[in-house]
Amino acid sequence: MDMKFSVEAEAFRAEVCDFINDNLPDDIRHKVAQEEMILPREMMVRWHKILGKKGWSCPSWPKDQGGAGWSDEQHYLFEREIALSDAPRPIPYGVVMLAPCLLEFGTQAQQEKFLPGILSGDELWCQGFSEPNAGSDLASLQCRAVAEGDSYIINGSKTWTSEAHIADGMFGLFRTDSSGRKQQGITFLMIDMKTPGISVTPLMTFEGTHEVNQVFFDNVRVPFANRIGEENQGWAIAKYLLGLERFGTAEVGRSLASLGRLKKLAAALSVGEGCLRDDPDFMNEVARVEIALRALEVTEQRFLFGPGGSDAMGAEASMLKIRGTEIQQDILELTHQALGYAGQRGQDSGSVLQIAGITPEKAAMAHYNFRKTSIYAGSNEIQKTIIAKAVLGL
Amino acid sequence: MDFTFTEEQQLFRNSTRRFLEEQYAFEKRAGVLEQAHGFLESHWQNFAELGWLAMPFAEEYDGLGGSPVETMILMEEMGRNLLTSPYLATVVLGGGIVAEAGSEQQKSALLPQVGSGELKLALAFAEQGGGYDLTQIRLRAIKNDSGYLLDGTKTTVFYSVVADKIIVAARTAGQAGEREGVSLFLIDRDAAGLQSRDYRTQDGGSASDLDFKAVQVPEEALLGREGQGFLPLQRVIAKAAVALCAEAVGVMWAISEQSGDFLRTREQFGQKLGSFQALQHRLVDVYMKCQLGQSLVYDVVCALGQQAGEPFGPELLRKVCAAKYQVGLDARSVGQEGIQFHGAMGMMTELPIGHYYKRITAINSTFGDPRFHLRRYRELMIQDQETVA
Ligand SMILES: Cc1cc2nc3c(=O)[nH]c(=O)nc-3n(C[C@H](O)[C@H](O)[C@H](O)COP(=O)(O)OP(=O)(O)OC[C@H]3O[C@@H](n4cnc5c(N)ncnc54)[C@H](O)[C@@H]3O)c2cc1C
Repeated sequence: MDMKFSVEAEAFRAEVCDFINDNLPDDIRHKVAQEEMILPREMMVRWHKILGKKGWSCPSWPKDQGGAGWSDEQHYLFEREIALSDAPRPIPYGVVMLAPCLLEFGTQAQQEKFLPGILSGDELWCQGFSEPNAGSDLASLQCRAVAEGDSYIINGSKTWTSEAHIADGMFGLFRTDSSGRKQQGITFLMIDMKTPGISVTPLMTFEGTHEVNQVFFDNVRVPFANRIGEENQGWAIAKYLLGLERFGTAEVGRSLASLGRLKKLAAALSVGEGCLRDDPDFMNEVARVEIALRALEVTEQRFLFGPGGSDAMGAEASMLKIRGTEIQQDILELTHQALGYAGQRGQDSGSVLQIAGITPEKAAMAHYNFRKTSIYAGSNEIQKTIIAKAVLGL
Repeated sequence: MDFTFTEEQQLFRNSTRRFLEEQYAFEKRAGVLEQAHGFLESHWQNFAELGWLAMPFAEEYDGLGGSPVETMILMEEMGRNLLTSPYLATVVLGGGIVAEAGSEQQKSALLPQVGSGELKLALAFAEQGGGYDLTQIRLRAIKNDSGYLLDGTKTTVFYSVVADKIIVAARTAGQAGEREGVSLFLIDRDAAGLQSRDYRTQDGGSASDLDFKAVQVPEEALLGREGQGFLPLQRVIAKAAVALCAEAVGVMWAISEQSGDFLRTREQFGQKLGSFQALQHRLVDVYMKCQLGQSLVYDVVCALGQQAGEPFGPELLRKVCAAKYQVGLDARSVGQEGIQFHGAMGMMTELPIGHYYKRITAINSTFGDPRFHLRRYRELMIQDQETVA
C-alpha cells in the first residue's frame, strides 16, 4: 500500500498548476470562486480555447482526435488541479457527453461533421433527455420523432434542459416506437437549435438563476443523418453516456477549494472580540465535513487506482456522486450560515460587503442553487437504488 | 392540561387564514414582491382591521390583550402563506420593546398608533461583527446638553425603510459584551446624520444597514431608563424568536402537506412516487419533525403566557433556546427534503417550496442560529445543574 503519486505524475501536476496559474484569466477565476457553476458562454469558450492551445480542452478524447492521451493518474490530477484553482469545469454536454458517443457509435461522417466544433469550443450543445413526465423514469419519455422522407419530424417537449438558451445544438432521446418495452423505441438524435419549430422557454430556479429551459418542438425536421446509431437503439447509447463520467463526479477538488474558502471566511469574520474560528461549535462542523471529504477523496482514489484501475469501476461510482453532492451542499450551506445576518442580503442589494473574498448574496445563491446537485444527473435516490441492485444484489 | 384553542382563538385563526389565502395565494406572491420593499402598503390597514397590529398590547393602550398564543397562531398562518411584511418588525419587535421598556407616557403615545396602523416601527439591535450576541453593542450614545449624540452602525434592520420611527439599542456606558450600559432610543427615520442603505433580503423582505454619524436626539428619545435597556431587549428578542419558531412550524406543515400531495400524485416507473418506501419513510420523518416542533413551540408559548410581567427566568430562556434550536434544525431539513421530493420542480421559482426554504434559512439566521441556541441551552442547563448542586 502506498498512496503517493509517482514522480512523473507529480511532475505532471506541477506542469498543470503552472499552466493554470499563467493562463487562467482573473475574471473567470473570480466567478468560479464565487461558486458559479454555469458561466456565461463567452467565459466558457474563452477558457476552452486557452486549454485548446495546449491540447488540453478535450483531454479524454483519443489522441488522434485532439485528446491528450493521458493515463488515469494524469486525468485525475488534471481535473483536480483545475478544480482546486477555481478554473471552470469542462464544457459538459459537448466535450464530456456527446463526443464520446459520437466516437463510440457515430459514423465517420458524423465524427467529421460534429467533433471539430466541439473541439474548438465554437459549438455548444445541450442535453435533451428529461421531459415533464420522464425524469427519474427516463425511459418513459414521449417526445415523438416520426420518420418522413429522409427526416424525422419531432413534436413534443424536453424540459429542465440546461443551457438550451445558449446552445447551438441539442442531442437527445426521442420516441420513435411505442409498441414494445419503453426502453425500445427510443432514438438518439442531434438537432440544430436553429431549426424552425424549436422554441426555448426559460425556467427560473428559485434563487433566481436562468440555467434551465423547456424546449418545445413543433414539427421540427431533423435529417436521418443526425441520428446516432440505429433507429430504436438510442437507449443503449444513453446508458453508455450516463456511465461515462469517471473523473470528477465526486467534485473533491471543488469541495476542497470551497472548504478552503470557508476556513478563510471563519478566520476573517469577526464575532465580538474574536472571530468565528474561535467558535468550537462552528468549527466542529467544518472539521466534520473535512473528514467526510477526506473519506470520499480516498474512496475515489481507491476506485480509480485500485486493482483493475478505473475500468473495474461499476455501480460503485454512484456513491461518489451521492457523497460528493452531499458534502458540496454541506460546505456551501455552512458558508452561508457563517455569514449570519449578512447572509440575508438579496441579490439586488448592490452589496459592497465582501468578507475574505466572499460576497454574501453569492454565497446565499450558491447554497440554494447547489440543492440541484442531489436531484440532477441521476438523483441521489436513484443512485442508491443502483447501488442496492447492482452492488448489493438486493 | 388543555390543548384546545378558545373559540375566539379559533375564529382568529380562521379569519387570518381566510385573508391570507385570498390575498396572499402563492400565485400572487411574485406580484407582491415586485412592490417597493416587497410589501403591499395598502394592506396594512387590513392587518389593523383583522386585529393583527393591536393583538399583543394591553387594553389600556387600545390593544386586544392577546396572549402569546394569538401571536403564535398568527405567525403560523403567516408562515404557511409566506407572508412577507413589516409585521414582526413593527408589532413584535418595535411595539414589543415599547411595551417592555417604555414609560407610561411613551406606551400611551405609541402603542395605540401601532395598533391602529398609523405608526410603523423597526428595531435596530444587530451590528456587523457582533454575531447573534445581544451584548455586542458598540454604537455609542454620548450624553450632551441637548440630549444624546449617537455614533455607530447597525445592520440588517428589518423594514426600517418603511418605518416611521426606529428604536436603536446603543451603548451609554460600558463595553461591547457587557449587559450594563445599554440604552434604547426612539428616533425618527429621517433624523439628520442617519444614513440608510436599504436592500431586499433573500426571502423577499426588506432590511437596511444604518449608519449613525453624530445623530443628535433629545433626552425624551430615551426609551425607558438609561443603561437599563438590555433586559427588555433580551425579552423582546426572545419573544420574537418564539414568534419565528411558530412561523417556521407553519412553513414546515405547509412543506409537509405539499410534499405529500406531490408524492401522492406524481408518477414515475408507472407508480405514484408515494408508493416507494424510501420516500414514504422520509415523508414520515418530515411529518414527525412538524409534530415535535409544534410541541416545543407550545411548550415555550405556554411558559411565556404564564410568565407575563415577570422577569425571564433561566427556565423560560431554556425553552426559547430549545425551540429555536430544534425547530430551526428540523425546518432546515424539512425544507431540503421538500425540495428533493419535488425533483427538478422543487428547484423552480414558480413553486412555493424553494421560497419556503429561503424563509427557513432567513429565520435560522435571525436572533441566533440553531448552533447558537444549542450552546445557550447547554450553558443554561449546566448552570441549572450547578445551582441545584
Ligand atoms: C438544475 C437542473 C438542471 C438539469 N439539467 C438537465 C439537462 O440539461 N438535461 C436533461 O435532460 N435533464 C436535466 N435535468 C433534469 C434531471 O435529470 C431530473 O430532474 C432528474 O432526472 C429527476 O427527475 P424529476 O425532476 O422529474 O424528478 P422525479 O423523477 O419526479 O423524482 C422526484 C423525487 O422522487 C425521487 N424518486 C423518483 N423515483 C424514485 C424511486 N424509484 N425510489 C425512490 N425515490 C424516487 C427522486 O429521486 C426525486 O427526489 C436538470 C435538473 C435540474 C434540477
